[in-house]
Amino acid sequence: MLAHYGYKDGSGDYFIIIDTDKCDGCGKCVEACAYGVMELIEDEFDIEDGSMAAVTEEHRKKIKYSCGPCKPISGERKLPCVLACSPKAISHSW
Amino acid sequence: MSKQSKEFWRWREYRHTVPEMDWHDAKIVTAGVDIGSVGSKSVIMLDGKLHAYAAIRTGGVSEETAIRVLNWALDETGLQTKNVHCIVGTGYGRVNVPFAKRTITEIACHARGAHYIYGPTVRTVLDIGGQDCKAIRCDEKGKVISFLMNDKCAAGTGRGLEVFADLIRVPIAELGKASLNVEKEPAPVSNTCVIFAKAESVALLRQGWEKEKVAAAYHLAMVNRIIDLLTKVGVEKDFVVTGGVANNIGIISRLEKNLGIKPLEPNVDPILAGAMGAALFAKALYEKQIGLR
Amino acid sequence: MITAGVDVGAKYVKVVLLEDGRKVLKRANGIVGFDILKSATEVFEKALLEAGLNHDRISRVTATGMGRKAIHKKHPLNAGEIVPEVIADAKGAYHLLPAVKTIIDVGAEEGRGVKVGEGGKVKDFVINERCAAGAGTFIETMARALEVGVEDMGPLALKATKAIPMNAQCCVFAESEVVTLIHSKVTKEDISKAIHDAMAGRIASMVLRIGVEKEVVLIGGVARNPGFLPPLKKELNTEITIPEHPQYVGAFGASLLAFETEGK
Ligand code: SF4
Ligand code: SF4
Repeated sequence: MLAHYGYKDGSGDYFIIIDTDKCDGCGKCVEACAYGVMELIEDEFDIEDGSMAAVTEEHRKKIKYSCGPCKPISGERKLPCVLACSPKAISHSW
Repeated sequence: MSKQSKEFWRWREYRHTVPEMDWHDAKIVTAGVDIGSVGSKSVIMLDGKLHAYAAIRTGGVSEETAIRVLNWALDETGLQTKNVHCIVGTGYGRVNVPFAKRTITEIACHARGAHYIYGPTVRTVLDIGGQDCKAIRCDEKGKVISFLMNDKCAAGTGRGLEVFADLIRVPIAELGKASLNVEKEPAPVSNTCVIFAKAESVALLRQGWEKEKVAAAYHLAMVNRIIDLLTKVGVEKDFVVTGGVANNIGIISRLEKNLGIKPLEPNVDPILAGAMGAALFAKALYEKQIGLR
Repeated sequence: MITAGVDVGAKYVKVVLLEDGRKVLKRANGIVGFDILKSATEVFEKALLEAGLNHDRISRVTATGMGRKAIHKKHPLNAGEIVPEVIADAKGAYHLLPAVKTIIDVGAEEGRGVKVGEGGKVKDFVINERCAAGAGTFIETMARALEVGVEDMGPLALKATKAIPMNAQCCVFAESEVVTLIHSKVTKEDISKAIHDAMAGRIASMVLRIGVEKEVVLIGGVARNPGFLPPLKKELNTEITIPEHPQYVGAFGASLLAFETEGK
């Protein structure tokens, strides 16, 4: 499943997309993010048990700002959450 | 903005029992309880078939609302809570549903419920409520493949329409129809932001545009935005629209035209989709528990 | 030689008349009406009148701001050049404070961050636009919900005793949140502080994308709101200077650019 967390507002699209089929729930993205944007949640999409990464409720409506420091206007852009994830489950829409 | 006009998507409270079904004949009795921010719904299923349902307004205490809506659905069925094998909670107040074996997100329940209501051909579910917009794509089993929820921005939600209805002083229930009362579709309002789109609309009215024409431009902008969100999860036939804004013909007809897909018509109130999905998940959970799957 | 800078913002037109690239002769402003060219011309003429000058005394007009295109090479204003806001901002701010490295410009509909390099050149910039929650309109809309004047918002916030969070990130939803807060008996002072804190948080995160280096200057209409500076300083953890007439810095920069072009 592709879980899109974030929003679209007048200024643009800001989504962090998690491919839950690839995510193995290792939690490395949670450790890697210095701003507490990521968390591990229980899989509430089916009756199976398991955990998966998600964007915290607190940040869902402001990730454009929360993730701002990791997205400098110029210079190299390295997103710690994306780099930490070995199965490549995370992508950003902006 | 008046307090009342904000609540157009409130529906009346109701309950119903499907006649000629007897729970004594059923192997598995399950219930789904959906505690939403405005309304709460409960559905009772016998072997995965809809038996009874109830919808009420969400009160201040989620636990009480959950008990009340479940009991009301059980009323007249002869069933008691102890006869229900498994209960699943969903909706934003789902963690507060007493007796629930498990909670499932409203996204998954909505997809599963839509699959039940509209049939297994449903692939795309769009839900536009007063304060949010959800786009869900699912497979032939009603399992979510991709989803997106937008509850940050008022543009593209019922609230965005209300702000506009207030501006041109047309009752919200008639707004969609009014927007179709134009000879030719104008260009859409260029601002997405409700605040700026409102200012732009004021400017258009001052230029002498008729209310209906401005309404058309506003609706069109909203539809473009919704289509943009839908495209992110992928739009595929069959397509269904639920939520309060599904009643706005100005939105629905433009969606149909611009997407080139006609939304399916429901046979029961789609407001129950979440609770239905929860009851179906409850059945699967019970079957797993007793070793049936 | 007298040059003019015209900054056509979302809400106000600002005009600066400059003598010999040094002395400001006149500042004037007025609301942007339905007809942008007409509004800009009116403010321009008001400035001329108050300065006791004739139109032909003005050697060159340079325009900036969101509505600059509407007056570019159009009679009677005849703005010869148009420049983006960030260029005009950098020019003006650098002239006022040569040590400036970071400019934060918050107007009615846009927020901007500009990184300034050697000689007042723009090195980098970031813009918040098209969402009312990221600019001055946010505070204005909230003032309406609180039923207080916009100019009272800042002073109210300074009298707050508690820091309460605001959850809504949208101008429209924030309006309802403010109404709920009023009903739950939170004071207007505390609500106003929450509004400014939320806004400062958004602007600060935006500016962080270009990096914050001293000296930091805050300009634009919102700079005149005393409630905005304290939370912004706190968020960015730095001293921030507000020049005199912060809302005219863009127009001032444009008038300087007009002088430079004319002098060539
Ligand atoms: S690092 Fe990747 S695999 Fe691990 S929890 Fe995060 S998203 Fe999932
Ligand atoms: S664009 Fe406008 S409507 Fe959307 S979040 Fe921003 S302020 Fe709200």
